[in-house]
Amino acid sequence: MTGTQPADSAETTARPELLRVEGITKAYPGVVANSDVSFTIREGEVHALLGENGAGKSTMVKMIFGLVRPDSGRMTLRGKPYAPAKPAEARRLGVGMVFQHFSLFEALNVAENVALGMENPPPMRELAARIRAVSEEYGLPLDPARMVGDLSAGERQRVEIIRCLLQDPKLLIMDEPTSVLTPQEVEILFKTLRQLSREGTAILYISHKLEEIRSLCDTATILRRGRVVATCTPRDRTAREMAELMVGSSLQPPERSRGEKGPVALGVSDLSVASPIPFGTSLKAVSFTVARGEVLGIAGVAGNGQDELLLALSGELKSDADRVRIDSHAAGHLGPSERRKAGLVAAPEDRYGHAAAPDMSLVENALLSGAVRKGLTRAGFIDWAATKAFAEEIITAYDVRTPGPDVAARALSGGNLQKFLMGRELMQGASVIVINQPTWGVDAAAAAAIRQSILDRAAEGAAVVVISQDLDELLEVADSFAVLNEGRLTRPRSTDGLTMEEIGLMMGGAHGMEVAHHAEA
Amino acid sequence: MDFGGINPVILIAGLMATAVPILLAALGETVVERSGVLNLGVEGMMVIGALGGFVTAVHTGSPALGFLGGAVAGALLSLIFAALTQVFLANQVATGLALTLFGLGVSSLGGQGYNGIKPPHTPGLLPEALAGIPVAGPILFGHDWVVYFSIAMTALVWWVLKATRIGLIIRAVGESHDSAHALGYKVNRIRLLCILFGGAMAGIGGAYVSLARVPQWVDGITAGAGWIALAIVVFASWRPWRVLAGAYFFGGIGALQLNVQVSGGIPLGILGLIALVCGAILAVGLLRRSTPERPQMHPAAVAVLAVPPLVWVVGLAMGVTQIKVPVEYLSMAPFVLTIVVLVIMSSGRGKAATGAPASLGQNFHASR
Repeated sequence: MTGTQPADSAETTARPELLRVEGITKAYPGVVANSDVSFTIREGEVHALLGENGAGKSTMVKMIFGLVRPDSGRMTLRGKPYAPAKPAEARRLGVGMVFQHFSLFEALNVAENVALGMENPPPMRELAARIRAVSEEYGLPLDPARMVGDLSAGERQRVEIIRCLLQDPKLLIMDEPTSVLTPQEVEILFKTLRQLSREGTAILYISHKLEEIRSLCDTATILRRGRVVATCTPRDRTAREMAELMVGSSLQPPERSRGEKGPVALGVSDLSVASPIPFGTSLKAVSFTVARGEVLGIAGVAGNGQDELLLALSGELKSDADRVRIDSHAAGHLGPSERRKAGLVAAPEDRYGHAAAPDMSLVENALLSGAVRKGLTRAGFIDWAATKAFAEEIITAYDVRTPGPDVAARALSGGNLQKFLMGRELMQGASVIVINQPTWGVDAAAAAAIRQSILDRAAEGAAVVVISQDLDELLEVADSFAVLNEGRLTRPRSTDGLTMEEIGLMMGGAHGMEVAHHAEA
Repeated sequence: MDFGGINPVILIAGLMATAVPILLAALGETVVERSGVLNLGVEGMMVIGALGGFVTAVHTGSPALGFLGGAVAGALLSLIFAALTQVFLANQVATGLALTLFGLGVSSLGGQGYNGIKPPHTPGLLPEALAGIPVAGPILFGHDWVVYFSIAMTALVWWVLKATRIGLIIRAVGESHDSAHALGYKVNRIRLLCILFGGAMAGIGGAYVSLARVPQWVDGITAGAGWIALAIVVFASWRPWRVLAGAYFFGGIGALQLNVQVSGGIPLGILGLIALVCGAILAVGLLRRSTPERPQMHPAAVAVLAVPPLVWVVGLAMGVTQIKVPVEYLSMAPFVLTIVVLVIMSSGRGKAATGAPASLGQNFHASR
């Protein structure tokens, strides 16, 4: 490591150009993902590509990485024409990518996963030694022999980063890298990225988290609906200015009116269930209560028991009767339909396949969870008129953009489907509402609307449990806060006066990464 | 050495040959399933291979060319499956079942006129003198080349899957085709090549039935061997050496029950031996399943191991030397015992249970 200071902006512009993107356009049937996009990345620069979901960031980087071909426009890498036909070619030319949804294989070990991402991997033993060496050099310790399925989300990301670093890239593309990390892990990642930047590796950093971009990036290109709307130096702008450039209008933070807490509506005591998911995390003695009018936020890094907690609360995983009580009636032994009848509705995280049947229509999907509480069946027959009315009610109330209620769930964009699914659960008048990742992959305006309706339901007297990996979201909506860590839930505490640092410690710190960086500091 | 009319040396030598068709087909299917494709058409590819091999050998007079013909025939049939599932994204289960029906029908049609013909003999690989060595001779040196080929293929498939880059890519495609695609691997092309390999292996296995085991042509000659091969792949947790163990176990019980039918009853010694082997496997299965929270599996394992010697001792004390069993039960024994043993082998909650390729049976298309 050299002792150079982070480059100032004058020095940045003096650096030679690495990648130039000129007039790139890419259209898919029915949607233009990128329209005339141009920007330049210099060597050693940390360049942010900023935009909402659906703004065209992912399509843009897929073209740089050779997964998708542009319809028109051109790219140059160090002055030479650059048009990779496949990722292998991009890798050979020095472009590496860390994926948003990891491109890893759970049943293979770390070294095998790394080898799969390399063009000419050395023999396994040599590769393992290099993984160790490089991972320690950058403060990201990894054991090459471990199964990826057994690793935490942060450790999995390290596998992807190391895989890129072993190829000695000139440009490293990172697609939403911090969404799965604890605050401490984010700090460590940033240290690594700054170190890489000092050593001359350019980083294309894709995110919609503005504070991160302000602390890390030298330049930002802001995309909206597939077009470049601005290029700026993030340190010179406020987060609010950038947010408004990104969204195109000003944003209203959700309003909360704290009412009186009512009686306890959901009580969970000493709940332990084994995980039915391969490589899942079993719940261990989880206890909490939620009162009417209260929102309990449950944070935690992905894979620490969130899915299992949702299954155990929704009734898909049963337990002893007394472990889960809905309105002080024992409900642990009840299945999902009976729990809905008892007043508990649940919205799982996975939209395609768990929360919704992707190939069925919105009407049919509305029926699947709404039948019990909304009385959509009569004597075993479906009341299609009432079901359709319910679906249309959701579409209107939650501003779901769809040609009509009869289209397949799969045809909706992620954000629109999420709004529909949230509406479906929130509009059933339930006394207990459990939601896992309410705004995952949803644009800022829709996310704000969903959060607002969660707060509205709580104000009307529902007890709400929100499980999320987005800490800002939890702090925005939750009255009390707890963390799931390796299947154990911390004691819920009030969100008043809660700091990020405390949350980080509750989340278990940085999963054994402190050591490496202490040595460095 | 003799146990009530059954010679163990001949039995072991016999099971190695009996197991060859199942072993080859199952090895091929192991590779196919490791790449994430479920091809239920093994029986159809075997029977087409049996016919293709038989016809080629009869017309050329060369058994070696016959096996090649079997491989080509099996691969050609599997190409239909590959085209339907990998190009047109047809459902793999339905396509595989249809392939079996199609293969049985086509082989029956094409085999007309070949009934009653004797194919050229497939000779032993090693000199007679070696095969004449007592005990070791018939077991180690007395076989034709296909038997050695099947063992070599087990080692080869194991080594390729475990240690080579090709094997790693095959496993990666079967584990997560989306990840493999994101890294730039041609998922459907890799799967297509694996399907062709599986077809060729099933074809050679089928050709061994019609050229060496039976050796003549009759309709439906493979008689369900393809289905057993499929079951063995799953219960062997997709591991080549376990596939070999499963195939030999099945072959062994099959050879044994024929001997028993001839000698009129099961000698107590043999019965005790089988019980001991099954008991040991069951005990291992139980021990693997006992966790620190559930140590009670240890006494259960000990109890299971204690049963066979007990039966033996009681039997000896009562002067029983042979147990008469109806022929129907004997014929069914290989199937039942193989399935029971393999279920136990694959039932542990550890890594064996999650050994299934995660993308098994799912078609891949880049747009989803």
